[in-house]
Amino acid sequence: MLNSLSNYLHKKDRLRLVALLTTPVLWLVVAYLGALAMLLVTAFFTIDGFTGNVIQQFNLGNFQDMLTDAAYKNVVLRTLGIAISVTLICSVLAIPMAFYMAKIARPRSQKILVALVLTPLWASYLVKIYAWRTMLEPGNGVLDWLLGPIGIHSPGFGGPAIIIGLSYLWLPYMILPIYAGLERLPNNLLDASGDLGAHNFYTFRKVILPLIFPSLVAGSMFTFSLSLGDYITAQIIGGKLQMLGNVVYQNFSINLPFAATIAMIPVSIMALYLYLVRRTGALASM
Amino acid sequence: MHKKRLVSLIAVASVAALILAGCSSGSDSASDSGVPKVDMMKELGAGEGQVNIVAWAGYVENGSTDPNVDWVTGFEKETGCKVNVKTGATSDDMVALMKTGEYDVVSASGDASLRLIYGGDVAPVNTDLIPNYADIFENLKMQQWNSVDGVAYGVPHGRGANLLAYRTDIVKPAPTSWASVFDVNSPYKGKITAYDSPIYIADAALYLMETKPELGIKYPYALDQTQFDAAIEVLKAQKPLIGEYWGDYLKHVASLKSGGTVLGTTWQVNINLAKGEGTKVEGIKPTGGSTGWSDTWMVSSKAKNPNCAYMWMNHIASPAANAGVAEWFGEAPSNAKSCDLTADKNHCATFHAADDAYWEDVYYWNTATEACLDGRTDVKCVPYAEWVKAWSSLRNS
Repeated sequence: MLNSLSNYLHKKDRLRLVALLTTPVLWLVVAYLGALAMLLVTAFFTIDGFTGNVIQQFNLGNFQDMLTDAAYKNVVLRTLGIAISVTLICSVLAIPMAFYMAKIARPRSQKILVALVLTPLWASYLVKIYAWRTMLEPGNGVLDWLLGPIGIHSPGFGGPAIIIGLSYLWLPYMILPIYAGLERLPNNLLDASGDLGAHNFYTFRKVILPLIFPSLVAGSMFTFSLSLGDYITAQIIGGKLQMLGNVVYQNFSINLPFAATIAMIPVSIMALYLYLVRRTGALASM
Repeated sequence: MHKKRLVSLIAVASVAALILAGCSSGSDSASDSGVPKVDMMKELGAGEGQVNIVAWAGYVENGSTDPNVDWVTGFEKETGCKVNVKTGATSDDMVALMKTGEYDVVSASGDASLRLIYGGDVAPVNTDLIPNYADIFENLKMQQWNSVDGVAYGVPHGRGANLLAYRTDIVKPAPTSWASVFDVNSPYKGKITAYDSPIYIADAALYLMETKPELGIKYPYALDQTQFDAAIEVLKAQKPLIGEYWGDYLKHVASLKSGGTVLGTTWQVNINLAKGEGTKVEGIKPTGGSTGWSDTWMVSSKAKNPNCAYMWMNHIASPAANAGVAEWFGEAPSNAKSCDLTADKNHCATFHAADDAYWEDVYYWNTATEACLDGRTDVKCVPYAEWVKAWSSLRNS
């Protein structure tokens, strides 16, 4: 029975393809694109001011509220600033670490280092952020206790705390792609550059950076998009500061359509970002 | 290329069609008062084996917080209804949770109860099926927030005031009024907290009632545009003083303990929890009164476990359970017989269970509507939807 089925399918190329792809494509279209489309549609609805029930009637009020209230412009800029800072910090930290792992460390320690970079991912997100809460606690936190004597104080809860927390959380996602990119980079290119008289920094700038650029972009897509949508870190160590995710969280229970409108912002930013990345050609060489 | 584009167009169109099909909804039949018609339970059947509850923190305790605080285990054994509880941080959370239809019972405050009734999310309650209803204080029954047109929509649970918390070892002298959390020159700047919900606007309005009588605020949930704007100004001025707004009560208790928060609005249960962990903290009802709540147990119109839901409502209104909650949460019980069963025999006196004069300056949470709730007809009041927008704007500015 199974044999005859496989014989039959072997001859029918097209049928085989359909049987294989129907489920994943359906999943993609219904669950993924469907949810996005639902979000887009909901953004144009409104709610009954008293009962909070969603009224399915096309209207642009949510977009008007979002665009006319300066608070939301601020929160977009703030979130973008945080996401960009996190991405920059992660890149700056990840490049030397990945370089050491890929080019300098001995093969045995290489594996250990990769494992070490991955270990924080085994712990729960919440545990790590609550740990940062105790670290950053102004006055009696670990940072103040450790660095207070030399005059450095915890930044307290707020923007800087969020940037520190998110950079810590997403660093492995930046290190791994860069490490993979550097591993593929032939050592003799670096030697050749050195032999031709280039300084280390010049080699880095002219040889390494262009070649690992696609990996850097891949890493930045993780750090940037994960930061852009985050709200839990801001809730726990952000003090009274809110990011875009918090606005969605704050509104989705009271005013779902408005939350959907706000949620369109990070979606659009990411779409634009991916478009720009595509233009650079980094996606093709990934 | 063209063919590919066609395929993706078809995909998008089919998704859109699916969604629109899912969206079309039948219209609800409504009575004259605008309340959707929902059937009341006629008679009690056998339990379904479980009940899903949305409640305030501290209302449904099974001994896991404190081994001595448990009014759930006995109920589970007696009725065979396993209790699953979901804690709501704000009334808005609770309304949203009840709209999912996944929960059977809710402990709704006055700013949620009417929204739930008019939204068709809760069913009228057949009080004949709840023997303990008879012992509830008469002046809590059939009130404006738990009944419509003489039909009961729930079982009164208890009432209390939002308190002003302060760390007794840090805040000196002890605060006496809400002015301490709005004072722009406060020495505790950055360590003050406020409740993270639009309903907190009423706290600012209450403060204005005392400090700016010329605004003419009579009831903090009935604010015309001028009064509302003044309240928002108070909150904007307060924002630099705030270290964190609290919604998650456990994080709030942790902040009180660590000293990240030394002053601000709270509930008695948070004070009890913080004290239990050795924190030097007190909660007072300041002069000039406070906002507060009067809660009602309500049953969902889409309850999957209605029998267990009724059994729960009867159980939680029973003298023993009601006394347990009232004492643990720090509120006045609703069952007149509870007062004999509290561990602290003065509990009912301390919390003024039957002292109507005490409640005169406690303004129970209520949902603001365009028609002013204080009876004014010459102006329009700012409805709750605008409170939500203003709060969102304030928090994100």
